[in-house]
Amino acid sequence: MAEKISILIVDDEDSVRDSLLNWFIEDGYEVEAAENAKKALQLLEHRVFNIILVDIKMPGMDGLELQRRIKALNSESIVIIMTAFASVETAVQALKDGAYDYVTKPFDPDDLSHLIRNAGAQISLSKENEALKKRVTTLEDIDDIIGQSEAIRRLLEQIESVAQSNSSVIITGESGTGKELVARAIHANSPRRYFPLVSVHCGALTESLLESELFGHEKGAFTGATFNRKGRFEMADGGTIFLDEIATVSPKMQIELLRVLETKSFHRVGGNKEITSDFRVICATNRDLKTMVHNGTFREDLYYRLNVVNITIPPLRERPDDIPLLVNHFIRKYCTSMSRDLIAIEPTAMKQLEKFEFPGNVRELENMIERAIVIGNGREIRLKDLPMGREAVDSPVESLEEIEKKHIEQILSKYEWNVSRSARALNVDRVTLYNKIRKYGLKQKK
Amino acid sequence: MLSCSQFDREFLRQVATAVGNEYRTGVMTEECHLDLNPFYNPTRRQYDGDRLLRHIPLCTASHYTKLVGLFRVDIYIPILTYIFGQAILGKSDAIASVFRLRNELYGMKQDEKLLLSRTVKEVIHELGHTFGLIHCQNHACVMRSSTYVEEIDLKSSSLCTGCREQIAHGKK
Repeated sequence: MAEKISILIVDDEDSVRDSLLNWFIEDGYEVEAAENAKKALQLLEHRVFNIILVDIKMPGMDGLELQRRIKALNSESIVIIMTAFASVETAVQALKDGAYDYVTKPFDPDDLSHLIRNAGAQISLSKENEALKKRVTTLEDIDDIIGQSEAIRRLLEQIESVAQSNSSVIITGESGTGKELVARAIHANSPRRYFPLVSVHCGALTESLLESELFGHEKGAFTGATFNRKGRFEMADGGTIFLDEIATVSPKMQIELLRVLETKSFHRVGGNKEITSDFRVICATNRDLKTMVHNGTFREDLYYRLNVVNITIPPLRERPDDIPLLVNHFIRKYCTSMSRDLIAIEPTAMKQLEKFEFPGNVRELENMIERAIVIGNGREIRLKDLPMGREAVDSPVESLEEIEKKHIEQILSKYEWNVSRSARALNVDRVTLYNKIRKYGLKQKK
Repeated sequence: MLSCSQFDREFLRQVATAVGNEYRTGVMTEECHLDLNPFYNPTRRQYDGDRLLRHIPLCTASHYTKLVGLFRVDIYIPILTYIFGQAILGKSDAIASVFRLRNELYGMKQDEKLLLSRTVKEVIHELGHTFGLIHCQNHACVMRSSTYVEEIDLKSSSLCTGCREQIAHGKK
């Protein structure tokens, strides 16, 4: 079912707001109205509107300035500027600032219908484009499973055979071994590959947030539920849902999950309508679910429902032969993404890497290489560019805190201070990263 | 159904019968001698639909569930250049005008039969909104949005099964 298009009307005239509100409600849109720019911005802090109709002349902030603020908040919202007195200058300025259209009040009913229908079509196209881009990324990700060791060859064979079935899969492995990558590979090789792969990191969400995230919610279901929202199960219709850190799910949610997996139907939080969705489920955990079942902390029926196929990813220390391949892969990956020439690695540095235990597995190795490329001399990765080599080479000795501070600074600067992306790269949550930024007094350089 | 302009009695009877048949209810017709001058906007040379919609309940003492005021004049709402009619979703009152339903307005031959058919559709459509129905995507359904007169001719004068079920299941 297509999501309703949401419209915000910003106009200081009551009669204009009421007429448009009534017109759009009758047309089945989700509509809200604001009498000035300040109220509109307050509404926009809490939710996103697909289309925003803005009167150009309002007391306080005018429509053109409001449009600039809207675009800064969400560049994807379509802004239509309305005016009672059209002038070429303001029309040109509005369109230059990114307005979708500029219309003169009153509208011909037919023109208004067409305008909104066309804007709606553009929104659908943008969403489709975004979804396709995500799918392309998913298909590329499979190349990231690198290795020629027996363990990796077995893993790839397993992925290939499991992908063709519709069975539930549990992927187990230590942190950083690439469980999500394996889930992506299964999805990308399955008949469901042209539909979405929806990931949920269960461990990062509280019970109530996870419930609303998985099942969606209806407007008014709880404080802050200001609009209807699709859940991840609904989004995964036709595709695959990947539940990471499944072992962290509460007993109550385990019951809910079991019911959904059995019936493939559910209700949104606060909703009466039963929604059905055709999805395949892949879970991941770094804990021993069987022991948890034995201890009574994980439901046995849910365990058997999920554990139709079990894939175990070996830790990196058990396949040291793959380290050179992985190192070269990550050098290629980061040199390309940083638009640099390919660089080599000192044989002594490679030797040290092959000897290292990698408690953080492939993710740790990847971060090490990325960091070495960022701080290195641009020609080759030297031993002193790696954490295990720095202690021996660097003088004076840097403390762990100093290294951490430098590393965080480099990653933040690489992602232009996008905290979410930087936290992902560092494999920490955003709160931890914010705390570190505060602790080290890091500031974005202008 | 409140006749707020001068209409032929037979015309009103036929509209009332068709509307009654569609909603399976009795339709009472009443004439009201409403002075339209206060609703006239000389700048737009049209009549204010919002104010007319708010005013019509004051024009009758009869008891009713739904009320539709029928006009001959050109009506508007501030944001649109014209409207065929309007209602408040889920409330009791609606208005409709035959002004822009007449063939002559578009330089074509007068056609009373077509005018009757368009009026019936417009009244049923606006009343549908008072029952809480929004515009329907079904091409044949009377609740399909019509922004120009030819679109009214393309749809039927009946509610589709979906809209009928919505009224039956709780829409008031």
